[in-house]
Amino acid sequence: MSDKLRNAYEQLGLPRLIIIVFLLVLFAVAVIMRMDLAILIKDSITRIGMNGILVLAMLPTLACGVGLNFGLPVGVIAGIVGAVTSMNWGLKGFAGFFTAMVIAIPLAVIAGYLYAMLLERVQGQEMMVGTYVGFSVVSGMCMFWLLAPYRNPAMIFALGGKGLRTTITLDRTFGKVLNDFLGFSVFDIYIPTGLLLFMGIFFVLIALFFKSKAGLAMRTVGSNPMYARSSGINVQRMRTMGVILSTVLAAIGILVYSQSYGFVQLYTAPLTAAFPAVASVLIGGASLRKATIGHAIIGTVLFHTLLTIALPVTQTVLQGADISEIARTIMSNGMIIYALTRAERR
Amino acid sequence: MRNGHVLELKGISKGFFGTTVLKGVSLDIRPGEIHALVGENGAGKSTLMNILFGMQVIQDTGGFEGQVVVDGQAVTIDSPRRAMELGIGMVHQEFMLIPGFTVSENIKLNREPTRGNLASRIFGHRLETLDEPLMQADSRMALGKLALSIDEMALVGGMPVGHMQFVEIAREIDKKNVRLLVFDEPTAVLAESEASLLLDAMKRLSSEGIAILFITHRLDEVMEVADNITILRDGEVVSRMPRSEAKLGRIAELMVGRKIERPVLPPRKSEPSDEDMVLRIENFRVDMPGERVRGLDLSVRRGEILGIGGLAGHGKVGIANGVIGLYPSTGRVAKDGSQIPLNDPKQALLSGMAFVSEDRRGVGLLLDESIEMNIILTAMQVQGKFLRPGALQSLRLEDRSAMREHALEVMRDLDIRCTGPTQLVRRLSGGNQQKVCLGRAFTMEPEVLWVSEPTRGIDVGAKQLVLDLLVKFNREHGMTIVMTSSELAELRKICDRIAIVYRGQIAGILPPDAPDVDFGLIMAGKGAALEEVS
Repeated sequence: MSDKLRNAYEQLGLPRLIIIVFLLVLFAVAVIMRMDLAILIKDSITRIGMNGILVLAMLPTLACGVGLNFGLPVGVIAGIVGAVTSMNWGLKGFAGFFTAMVIAIPLAVIAGYLYAMLLERVQGQEMMVGTYVGFSVVSGMCMFWLLAPYRNPAMIFALGGKGLRTTITLDRTFGKVLNDFLGFSVFDIYIPTGLLLFMGIFFVLIALFFKSKAGLAMRTVGSNPMYARSSGINVQRMRTMGVILSTVLAAIGILVYSQSYGFVQLYTAPLTAAFPAVASVLIGGASLRKATIGHAIIGTVLFHTLLTIALPVTQTVLQGADISEIARTIMSNGMIIYALTRAERR
Repeated sequence: MRNGHVLELKGISKGFFGTTVLKGVSLDIRPGEIHALVGENGAGKSTLMNILFGMQVIQDTGGFEGQVVVDGQAVTIDSPRRAMELGIGMVHQEFMLIPGFTVSENIKLNREPTRGNLASRIFGHRLETLDEPLMQADSRMALGKLALSIDEMALVGGMPVGHMQFVEIAREIDKKNVRLLVFDEPTAVLAESEASLLLDAMKRLSSEGIAILFITHRLDEVMEVADNITILRDGEVVSRMPRSEAKLGRIAELMVGRKIERPVLPPRKSEPSDEDMVLRIENFRVDMPGERVRGLDLSVRRGEILGIGGLAGHGKVGIANGVIGLYPSTGRVAKDGSQIPLNDPKQALLSGMAFVSEDRRGVGLLLDESIEMNIILTAMQVQGKFLRPGALQSLRLEDRSAMREHALEVMRDLDIRCTGPTQLVRRLSGGNQQKVCLGRAFTMEPEVLWVSEPTRGIDVGAKQLVLDLLVKFNREHGMTIVMTSSELAELRKICDRIAIVYRGQIAGILPPDAPDVDFGLIMAGKGAALEEVS
């Protein structure tokens, strides 16, 4: 029995244990403060579903040795272009959502390919360069949002009649299509079945991919490029594939996120899109040398539950002081620093 | 200088983790003497030098036994700095020069003459001004001793290799108290003409009273300049002699010679012959740093075990790496008459070859993956084994049960000692890791297996096991094996023929029972002298 416990503990690792304990404490406080638990849990589940695929997007680049994909905004932008294009045509419901995906995916493939070409030239510094690629792309696209020939009045600035708004509501197009699909309530907790299902499908697909020939080749490239080369694997092609896959997942991820959020955010909003995802996968126990689907799932659940619960609880305890945004930033960036500097045990 | 020796080493012994590397080595050098220290790779020369220079690695591994005596006084050399203070200088095999600095700056590095100035008076001597005219004058003098006209103001980067070597020497002789210079394979990277200049410079230095310890493989150079010769083999001094009594053939024999017990190997149905060549390599060049292959021709008989020997740096390791496509190569490699595209590992592997790398941890293994994965991955990627059926080749899923079954079989056949097929390879011993590498190659069921340094860094028992495995697969499956090794003894144990590589080409192919002297001479680039001796 104690062996089993120890085993479970070693599987989990100390950082995750601390966070779980912290979460339990927060729930206890919430109960004591007579907060509405149902809402907290519902929000947590929704946030997990919203962010799952964005976190999943970290795995391919980690696996192929490129590192954490700080250039996630590249894919996020592709997703947003898909979303606004689909909205421009006035498509509603699932038609709108899937059209956005169909447009976003080829764009993400192209953008991911170019991004991968760039990363290939800066081997060893992918993460730093990726961060700045993300920043540059977001800034560059600000001009596109202003000048792009979108004409749907619901989307463009009311004054002047030109340029997309900073935040566009999805109310009348595909807002919450996944969340509401087969949704139901138990104990006052709303379960967004479609959202969780959609996320689950992608987790399963990626898990299967890493057990396929190409997925194993990608993992091999990440763990020892020379071994990969001597096994006849084209190292550069695998790295490129990893980056493209990550970019495509980011594009899909932001669509899922936006439909659940109910808005598409343009301009500088995607600037920091990578950081919560990076923090999640790291907190899940992934490292630059090893990252699994399990890490992505645990990380998404822990990080986003923490964010959802911690803020209202602290807010209630501190009597209305508005520290939510500050706390959110400290938490996600603090976790990135912690995880990246932590000495890895072998 | 009571007994007239500048340096005496007395009964030096040293072991690393239970393996004895040096056994009671003694050595005396007089001022102005050129003393050659010759021996094969692994004879213990480097370890001896590490002791002489007080390198950290010696203390970290438990120190050494014996005594170092300089000018008749026993000394403890516990750091390279102490060696320098005692007047012992080293000319390195790899250049330790800063490319962006001028020749004189390199020569004077960290020993620059300086003058005081205002800032240094306030903030201390670290801010003193360099005395450049003096630096240049000193450098000119040092270079002058070598009778060499190198511009002391030229940048070191972009200089010919030979000149860099001289700058390195100039730096050592510029040190005022230098009495003993160690030359570690100084001519290995030089062209003939540069090498002879260097030998002249050594003679000139010795005539000024500086003692020289000359470490080399090249016996003709030894014969040209050395006053005395010490021959080291397996960590022991096997012989020492003045040059007047030395014969090239005798040195070569002593250097290589050891009793070879060639076990009786199982017979084959038909012996390999020149009639049936499985592989032809022509005008082959490989750009592998430190192991360049320069226009080599070699044919491999079907079903044989071909050994490739030679000294380090001559390119023996480059051959397999080039054929398999890991390092850029040119030339022609044909298997069964059809040419194999170069620089493409996949094509090389598809043509029925497999490779066990000399760099086990760097190339041969995925240290953080399971034994199972290490064994099957190459065959899966190249040959599509261990995959479940599927429409798209690259998206076919792994076949877990086939993988496991095969891994267990390999573990049993090769006797891999582990806790199970899912154990991480990092946790295995060197010998077992090597068996995993072999298992990886055997899984490919190759017709031709390239094995590089299969016994490097593994213990004695495991070595024998690995060799036995190679013989077994050769005999039972008719697998042609090309084995590269620095250990001539093991090549002579199991190979049918042994090709010796010298300067990137095959200098000769010998039967395993050829006399020691022949191997020694060919390795030392004296293949032509073979006829004279015999």
